[in-house]
Formats: sequence, structure tokens, C-alpha cells
Amino acid sequence: MTTLLEVSGVSVSFDGFKAINNLSFDIGPAELRAIIGPNGAGKTTFMDIVTGKTKPDSGEVLWGEMSRSLLKMNESQIARAGIGRKFQRPTVFEDQSVFDNLLMALKKDRAPWKVLFYRETTADKARVEELAEEIGLADQLQRKSGELSHGQKQWLEIGMLLAQEPRLLLVDEPAAGMTLAEREHTTDLLKEAAKTRAVVVVEHDMEFVRRLECRVTVLHEGSVLAEGSLDHVTKNQQVIDVYLGR
Amino acid sequence: MRKSFVARNPSVLIFLALLGVFTLAVTVLGEGLGVGLISTSFVKTLGKTLCLCLVAIAMDLVWGYTGILSLGHFAFFGLGGYMIGMWLMYARTELIVAESLAQAEIPPTPDEIRDAIGTQIFGVVGGSDFPAVWTFAHSLPIQLALVVLVPGLLALVFGWLAFRSRVTGVYLSILTQAMTLALALYLFQNDSGLRGNNGLSGLQNLPGAADVPQSMVSIWFFWASAAALAIGYVVAAFVVSGKFGSVIRGIRDDEARVRFLGYSVEGYKLFVFTLTAVIAGIAGALYYPQAGIINPAEIAPIASIYLAVWVAIGGRGRLYGAVIGAAFVSLLSTWFTGGQVPDLPLGIYTVKWVDWWLVLLGFSFVLVTLFAPKGIGGLFDLLTGRHGPDRHGAALGPDQGSLREKEAEQ
Ligand SMILES: Nc1ncnc2c1ncn2[C@@H]1O[C@H](COP(=O)(O)OP(=O)(O)O)[C@@H](O)[C@H]1O
Ligand SMILES: [Mg+2]
Repeated sequence: MTTLLEVSGVSVSFDGFKAINNLSFDIGPAELRAIIGPNGAGKTTFMDIVTGKTKPDSGEVLWGEMSRSLLKMNESQIARAGIGRKFQRPTVFEDQSVFDNLLMALKKDRAPWKVLFYRETTADKARVEELAEEIGLADQLQRKSGELSHGQKQWLEIGMLLAQEPRLLLVDEPAAGMTLAEREHTTDLLKEAAKTRAVVVVEHDMEFVRRLECRVTVLHEGSVLAEGSLDHVTKNQQVIDVYLGR
Repeated sequence: MRKSFVARNPSVLIFLALLGVFTLAVTVLGEGLGVGLISTSFVKTLGKTLCLCLVAIAMDLVWGYTGILSLGHFAFFGLGGYMIGMWLMYARTELIVAESLAQAEIPPTPDEIRDAIGTQIFGVVGGSDFPAVWTFAHSLPIQLALVVLVPGLLALVFGWLAFRSRVTGVYLSILTQAMTLALALYLFQNDSGLRGNNGLSGLQNLPGAADVPQSMVSIWFFWASAAALAIGYVVAAFVVSGKFGSVIRGIRDDEARVRFLGYSVEGYKLFVFTLTAVIAGIAGALYYPQAGIINPAEIAPIASIYLAVWVAIGGRGRLYGAVIGAAFVSLLSTWFTGGQVPDLPLGIYTVKWVDWWLVLLGFSFVLVTLFAPKGIGGLFDLLTGRHGPDRHGAALGPDQGSLREKEAEQ
């Protein structure tokens, strides 16, 4: 199997504190992966590095068939290359309608000139409605997204992610603030998405991770502690000591 | 399909209709074509006000919609004025010189004419040679192009440098103040080529229209200003409606998030910054012929700050708010500083509005910022019954879901 994203030997420190320490990680083009680890393990920082928000001190991040280095690209170029990200706190444009949020995310030419003269086609509109259906917001399209509930905002953000049609989805704690039924729906969405693309999910909740039925990477103090099936890593003595034992 | 442009922007039609009625009324009441109830100087004041409304729209685009608090847009406004002013001054001086030399027995050579024009224009700063910036001053089409090109290029270069290194917020505001200050100081020098602190004058006289009375010229410029404002309003409404508007409002609210959606935030900022500089330049090119004079004091840093105050008081993030703010505050300002407002005797102290107007303005600005962030434009929300969701209290933790403190208590 080829790899889609290959992170090798990456380190980053903030004021001398090593948040990521010689981390290596790779994922294939249609794979679901969960990343678990205690608070402060560096999970969010890892996503920051892949999406270009944080530049690492050393190491290499390679992307796609051509093995392009992501470190030379800025955030928007990385996003256009096909990496989508969902943040830990839901971040949607609260002042704008659900429809406008989704339309902005839809995979289209993003050059200012093209966007200025863009007028949505029937197909685009249908696509937005289809996405809204998928995330359970079909009857909320004209509402301002700031009026949505926390869980609905989480979903809207997932919907925006799907609208981007990325090849790699990075999802930071998607289930926070969701009810049990909403969580199940979310796992289904993520598993479905992972059939055609790579999905990396950061999550605290073990039940949620178990339902994803995928390979798990355990992060601790900025590097990989263990990797394998959930059962495999939960039997690992080191993992029990640093994470589960507490 | 989505509704048409006009249906999505009902304010555009209303605005155009009101502007049309206003233009007609001023024409009918003015001295040039109408009954003469409005003096020529007041027609000029109204025409200038329309230009200020146009530059306020530019400010609203860049600040109210895109979130870039530029405190330098009056530099672009002034540059537009200088560009048209150079032609007005050159062409008129040329006519005067040609007329006086025509009396001479030997017909003057072109070089002699040019020297005579130079002496006329630059005598006040002790020179007579044309500086390089006046190379195209004889050509109206080229100077008209420069009205757009000079502010546009300055904004493009300045914006590229600033946005590329991701200067934002208050640092960007300071940088734009520095830009306009540097430009003003440069123009104040006699050897800047634009007559130092004398500036350019006599701009109210149209070359070749010496026998047209000012009452008529003032109406022409009033019409041109109204037309420019109408076009500017429609262009701005087009830019902020649709997806482009979504993206720039997204940049205002959370620019990092827009980047992660794949939009090049710097490119969008540069586009808006440059476009608004061009609009400001056009507004300035129409303003100064009505004012009659332009000098470097016009682009002092404070001018751009006033611009921000107008937009804030009118209500940023809505185009008609910017127009209302600029018209209301600048007309009020003319009234107060013109000495027409009776002094306010307080017994021990008499408030002279000429001196106290700025204090009043500053105070109103603070009040609006604190208590009515939507400005005067917010009043329209009361009329149409539109208001934001009333969700008081901080968001509860994620696990409490949608509720906020107050709702949860109920
Ligand atoms: N910008 C930053 N500046 C300083 N320290 C940071 C910064 N970002 C993250 N950290 C530190 O790096 C560590 C890893 O953080 P993070 O990646 O957010 O952990 P996680 O998402 O796994 O909980 C934490 O100790 C955090 O305090
Ligand atoms: Mg985190």
C-alpha cells in the first residue's frame, strides 16, 4: 500500500518545551486512524504541523504520490492540496447562514477573481442540500450558524469538511458536546468518509474510538508510544501506565 | 436558483432612488439650472459630501466587511485629487499664458510657452522647471488614468508588503497611519514637485470653460459626484453579496479558519485594499475640483481617522450605514465649524462650538462604540424587526450542548 501522508522525525518546541519529539507517522489513501493520548500529548500540535499552522524545527512532512513537502507550503495551499481540518472547538462563521458556510467550503476555484464572479449553479445548490441532509441540518439552511447548538455546529463543521472533498481529513475531538445518538451518527459519517479517503480522528473517549474499529496510534509527550488495534494498544504496559492507568 | 442581485440587495434600489430624487432636488433648487434657493457654495458642499460618502463606502468595504482597520485611505483620496489637480492647473495656466503671449509681436515657441507655464505654477516655491511628476500634466486622459493607477499601485505595493508578512490588527492600523503621514510630510517639502504646503489651487476653474459660471460648473460636478457614488454603491454591493462577500466577512471574523478552507487570505485582502484605494482615488478626484484647492494637510493622519469615525457612527458592515455616517457627520461638522451654531453660555464659561465640536465628536464616537456598535444604521434593524439571536451568558461546556447559561436555567 502506498502512503498518502508521511511524517518523519518531526520535532517542535515552544520556549524550550518539546511539544513534539521526533514523531513519525504515516497513513494510506483510504484509511481510518484514531490518535489517542493524554491531554498535552501533542495531538493538536501534530495537526497544526500537518496543516501548516506550525512550522516544525526539524523533520519532514511529505504528501501524495509526488511526495511533495508540505513544509514549503502555507495553510491555504495545503488546504487546496487536499487536507481538510476540523478544529477542537467548533469554528464556523457564526454571522453567516448554514447555506453560505457550506457554499464557501464547496470544492471550487478559490482565486479572488473567480470567486467574485461566481454564481452558484443548480448542481452546487443540490450538493449543498445533499450535504445538509447528511449532517442533519437540511431544514436549517437559512439560519445563521451562530444560532445552532454546539452539536449542530460540530456537524456543520464536519459538513464543511466533506464539502471541501479533501483526500485527508484531520478531525480533532469531533464528539465533544454530542449526545450518544449524535456520536453514533458521527462515527458512521467518519467510517463512510474513510472508504474513499484518509481520515485521522483525535479522540479522548474510548467508547467512541472502539466504535471506529480502526488502527490506533497512542501519543505521549510528543512521540508515538504504541500503534496497532485498540485491543493491542490497551494491553501495552506503557500505555496502561501513562494513560489508561490514571 | 438564487434570487436576482436586486432582490437580494433591496437597499440598492432604495438607495439609488433616494440619490436620484436628491440629485433632482438639488438641480431644481440650485442656481445653475433651477430657482436658486440653494447657493452655489452649498451645492459644492453637497457635492463634496457625496464624494465623502463614496470614500466612506470604500472604508466600509475594507474595514466593516474585511476587518482591515486602514487608517490611511485619505492618502489615496488625496492622491486622486492631486492627479486631477495637476491637469486642471496646467491646462488653465497654459490657456492664460497663451493668451498673454499672443499679444507679443513674435509668436512664442513651444519651449517659451512651457517655461512661462512653469514660472507661473512653480514661482511660489522658487522654481520654474517642471519636475518629473508633471511629465503628463498636459494630457487629461493620462492624468485621469493616473487618478486610478497611482492610488492603486501604492495600495498594491503597500498591501503586498504588509499582508505578506501577516501584519494585522493595530499594527496594520499604525502602519497605514505611518504611510499617510510619510506621504503628507513628503508633499510638504517644496522640492517634492507638487508646490509644497501651497498645494494646488484654482481647481474650481475648468480649463476651456471660462465663460461657464461657477453655478453651472458646481451642478456638473454635483452630477458627476452623484453618478460616481451610485456606481460605487452598486459595485460595492456586488462585491459584498455572493460568495466573495462571504469570504471577506469570514476573513473579518476568523481569518485562520478561512485559510484552512483553502482561500488565500492575503490575496483577498490585497484585492479589497487595492480596490478601495482606487475608489478613494476617484472620490478624491471629484472632491478637490469642488473644494478648489488641495494641499498636503488634507492627507494628514487625522483625516483618515475621521473617516473611520464616520463609518463607525454610521454603522460599519452595511453600505448605507457608511453613507449615512459620512453625510451626517461631515455636514454637521461643516455646520459646527462654520461658526453658524450659536454659542452655549454656561455662566462661567461659554462653549464655542468651533472649538468644542471635536470634543463632541470624540465623545459621540466613544458613546457609539460602547453602546450602539451598529451605529445609526442599527436603527434600520429596529424598523425592519431584524435582530441577532438573543443568547446571553457564556456558552456552557460542550457537554451541555446547545444551551447557554440563561437558557439552561429556565
Ligand atoms: N503555541 C503554543 N505555545 C506554547 N506551548 C504550546 C503551544 N501549543 C501547544 N503547546 C503546548 O504543547 C503541548 C501539546 O499541546 P496540544 O498539542 O494542544 O496537546 P493535546 O491536543 O494532545 O491535548 C501542551 O503542553 C501545550 O501546552
Ligand atoms: Mg488538543
